Amino acid sequence: MLLLELVRGLPEWRIWLPRTRDQCLSVGYGSLGIVLLVAAFAGAVTALQAAYQFTGSVPLYIMGSLVTETIILELGPVLTGLILAGRIGARYAAELGTMRVTEQIDALESLGRSPVSHLLLPRIVAGLAMVPALVILADGMGLLCGWLATKSSLGITDADFSYGARYFFREFDLWYSVIKAEAFGAVVTVVPCYVGFTASEGAEGVGRATTRAVVAASVLILLLDTVLAKVLLPS
Amino acid sequence: MIELKGVHKCFGRHVVLDGVDFSVDKGETVALLGPSGTGKSVLIKHINGLLKPDRGDVLVDGASVPSLGRRQLAALRTKIGYAFQTGALFDSMSVAENIRLGISDEACFRDRAYCRTRVAECLELVNLPADVGRLMPAQLSGGMRKRVGIARAIAGHPEYLLYDEPTSGLDPINADAMDALIAQLQQELHVTSIVVSHDVRGSFKVADRVALLHAGRIRKVGTAEDFVAAKDEVVREFLERDIQVLEAEEA
Ligand SMILES: Nc1ncnc2c1ncn2[C@@H]1O[C@H](COP(=O)(O)OP(=O)(O)OP(=O)(O)O)[C@@H](O)[C@H]1O
Ligand SMILES: [Mg+2]
Repeated sequence: MLLLELVRGLPEWRIWLPRTRDQCLSVGYGSLGIVLLVAAFAGAVTALQAAYQFTGSVPLYIMGSLVTETIILELGPVLTGLILAGRIGARYAAELGTMRVTEQIDALESLGRSPVSHLLLPRIVAGLAMVPALVILADGMGLLCGWLATKSSLGITDADFSYGARYFFREFDLWYSVIKAEAFGAVVTVVPCYVGFTASEGAEGVGRATTRAVVAASVLILLLDTVLAKVLLPS
Repeated sequence: MIELKGVHKCFGRHVVLDGVDFSVDKGETVALLGPSGTGKSVLIKHINGLLKPDRGDVLVDGASVPSLGRRQLAALRTKIGYAFQTGALFDSMSVAENIRLGISDEACFRDRAYCRTRVAECLELVNLPADVGRLMPAQLSGGMRKRVGIARAIAGHPEYLLYDEPTSGLDPINADAMDALIAQLQQELHVTSIVVSHDVRGSFKVADRVALLHAGRIRKVGTAEDFVAAKDEVVREFLERDIQVLEAEEA
């Protein structure tokens, strides 16, 4: 139902496009710090633990591919998705829920204006545009810190690391990361928008909607993660 | 012309409207009275389609509101100004932008100069100083919010205006100003209005006809004189305090 409404609202681009820009700024720029921070630690810890487990048993250059693939295929998109489920999801659900219970959405409708093109589309399009960008930055940050950590703990040479990184790497891996990011971007925007939009019953209702939105988006991300791995990765 | 025909509405098992028949002619101002919680707000939300009746029909200019499509409903809503009981301002926008969103004509909405003058006009009509436009809704008092809500409702030159308790919570001077505004809009622009109110004397002043909502139905419709002369227990009980004053004034 909501998806149908969203598609119907698309032609009203003169309304949603300018508002999307504002949302992009707050979603993208605002989330950048925490996303990079988490990616940096994820990269470093992956590298350190792999170093602890595998030293001596495998050639050093394998470390390069291990860190790269783990970050790009899994940790970059999923960790970013989960953080954004909290950051964007909670925000969207609380904003829209508050607007619902304080009759602001009714007021918008009473002016003959569509809440879909004024409120929902800008938020969702901003998410779809910014989440992949954030994931790519997170991938980059994770790789960088993973590489630095391997280097400092194992003394691996840059040449060995990049040889390993390229050894198992396929261009598709990057696309896979972006496809995941796009799917997670849809999840962390559409689900909270829907939950907030249909909130009711005052402050408590908004609180409940916010929690429900974050939990639902997080669970959906993990499910989608599994499904995408099963469907897209050749086994 | 607004017509409600046998409108039923319940929330869960709580029946709010139980067969409301009610009509308002073009150019007329009707006051809708009733004790708190009888469903006055629920009733007028049916007129612009914010709520759909469980049974019955709502007609505006002959068109059945509950069965309108998305676009037609949006078009109808631009003709109906709705002033919410609590204001319902968009709290992420300034007062001026709130009022600007009430301008329904797309060409006018994009014309910055027109918008600025129209916003100033509307603020003046509701008796607010022009510099209020720069404030955010959170910085306003309850009464000011309500008046900004009214300014937003009239900004698009609607043919119909639905006021949800425009005078409650206002001081006597501003309440009088509001009554004067309602009368002025009716006389100059022939706006058709429904004014929900608790204020019996105020509504007798502005309204051509008065309706009393009681237990989910319209208990009585008539002129102010009809109401003062009414024998009905429920009507008398509701008017009691004010009738004494009115009779004293007449005597
Ligand atoms: N969205 C809703 N969900 C459930 N019940 C509702 C809803 N809206 C209104 N009601 C119920 O409908 C009844 C009428 O509400 P309404 O707001 O129309 O009263 P009112 O006549 O406007 O009162 P007041 O003068 O205090 O504004 C109330 O008892 C309320 O509990
Ligand atoms: Mg009410």
